[in-house]
Amino acid sequence: MYAFEYHRPTTLAEAAQLASGNEDAKILAGGQTLIPTLKQRLAQPSDVVDLGGIAELRGICEDGDTLVIGATTPHAEVAASAVVRRLIPALAKLAEGIGDAQVRNRGTLGGSICNNDPSADYPAALVGLGATVRTTTRKIAAEDFFTGMFETALEPNEIVTAVSFPRPGKAAYVKFPNPASRYATVGVFVAETGGGVRVAVTGAAPSVYRWTEAEQALSGGLNPAALDGLTVDPDGLNADIHASAEYRASLVKVMAKRAVAASA
Amino acid sequence: MPTVSLQVNGKSVSREVEGRTLLVQLLRDHLGLTGTHVGCDTSQCGACVVHVDGRSVKSCTMLAVQAEGAEVTTIEGLAAADGTLHPMQAAFREHHGLQCGFCTPGMVMSAVDLAQTHGQLDETTVREGLEGNICRCTGYHNIVKAVLAGAEAMRAGVPKAAE
Ligand SMILES: Cc1cc2nc3c(=O)[nH]c(=O)nc-3n(C[C@H](O)[C@H](O)[C@H](O)COP(=O)(O)OP(=O)(O)OC[C@H]3O[C@@H](n4cnc5c(N)ncnc54)[C@H](O)[C@@H]3O)c2cc1C
Ligand code: FES
Ligand code: FES
Repeated sequence: MYAFEYHRPTTLAEAAQLASGNEDAKILAGGQTLIPTLKQRLAQPSDVVDLGGIAELRGICEDGDTLVIGATTPHAEVAASAVVRRLIPALAKLAEGIGDAQVRNRGTLGGSICNNDPSADYPAALVGLGATVRTTTRKIAAEDFFTGMFETALEPNEIVTAVSFPRPGKAAYVKFPNPASRYATVGVFVAETGGGVRVAVTGAAPSVYRWTEAEQALSGGLNPAALDGLTVDPDGLNADIHASAEYRASLVKVMAKRAVAASA
Repeated sequence: MPTVSLQVNGKSVSREVEGRTLLVQLLRDHLGLTGTHVGCDTSQCGACVVHVDGRSVKSCTMLAVQAEGAEVTTIEGLAAADGTLHPMQAAFREHHGLQCGFCTPGMVMSAVDLAQTHGQLDETTVREGLEGNICRCTGYHNIVKAVLAGAEAMRAGVPKAAE
């Protein structure tokens, strides 16, 4: 790891000030992605701004029919939360399936979405539920937030403060986990929302996306058989040692059917 | 250089470290607590698992400075002052839950958190709960038996809450 200056601000204002105007600064949340990256010398920040000391960024609250989760809330807390289990049980179950217990104890919602790994679980929930990402300067709809492989709409060192999730009707998330890391080879989040049925796919393509054909097919009701006639084009899908593009294309449909069945 | 002050196995310690010093380096290199091991460079093997404020974490994937003010427990801090093994350690010995032993401290620390979180354990929960710990001897069968027995012993040892 290259040397850097470490900062532990206790307020968001202080953190924003430390991060802004310094392009070589890096924000640190749970560190479960950033620290391995630093260890491998794949990044060389001059300064590291740790969000761990900022109490206002952590926690879960219910705001009418909306669930608001602070950026630095660890996956384990989301999984165990009675409020999350009551409002959006599919989200608690998703958090429970991330990595292993030690990663869930440290890794955070904000860190996961800012990293936007093509196989991460949370992006599917945000897009599937039509969530809104709150930052130090604005609110961004989930679909506009995830822009490409490991890329988001964030300006350099803009800080995510929280995510608000509107409460869905039925919802479920099912993934085909990579047997080693538990990341999603393919994961599908299905939800009945105010704006209709939404189907979000992670792991298959460079970034999370909505499978609109499936959404149309399910508009008459959450019935797995409604997806029978659909096919997924493997062109442009991810391929690696774990799964070819063709296999991923097939998994999209299988996971979507399982998610629909689990949500009903 | 920043100073980090924390509790390690019940004792207050304060050390000057670099920002980039990992928690596992603070424990092993600065404090001489070599029971915590480093087995991988990918945050996957779990040989480095310790407790930070009661929850299991991978100390190779945390900066020492992030533990400022925290209570850290390592494998050296589990046994009683008189050397009596923690019930989970005793169960690993009893059920032959170790072969070469390299992964054992991390396994035991993960297992103690698992038992504290769930109370009663079943085999599926143990196998899922040890997802983040890799035993290169692949001796999982006895490890699972040991964790089940250790969790039972922990439950039996917990005094009933006062009426
Ligand atoms: C062994 C292992 C298994 C894993 N398995 C899974 C899995 O199955 N599914 C899954 O989804 N993930 C998995 N992960 C990833 C895990 O969920 C990480 O915790 C997550 O990707 C990063 O979150 P973090 O809080 O640790 O962020 P960090 O590592 O601290 O930061 C990640 C990136 O986000 C930026 N950042 C962090 N917080 C903010 C913020 N609030 N505002 C702006 N930028 C910010 C950082 O600058 C950095 O670039 C796994 C990780 C490991 C090590
Ligand atoms: S050394 Fe920490 S997980 Fe392998
Ligand atoms: S006992 Fe040798 S690695 Fe597990």
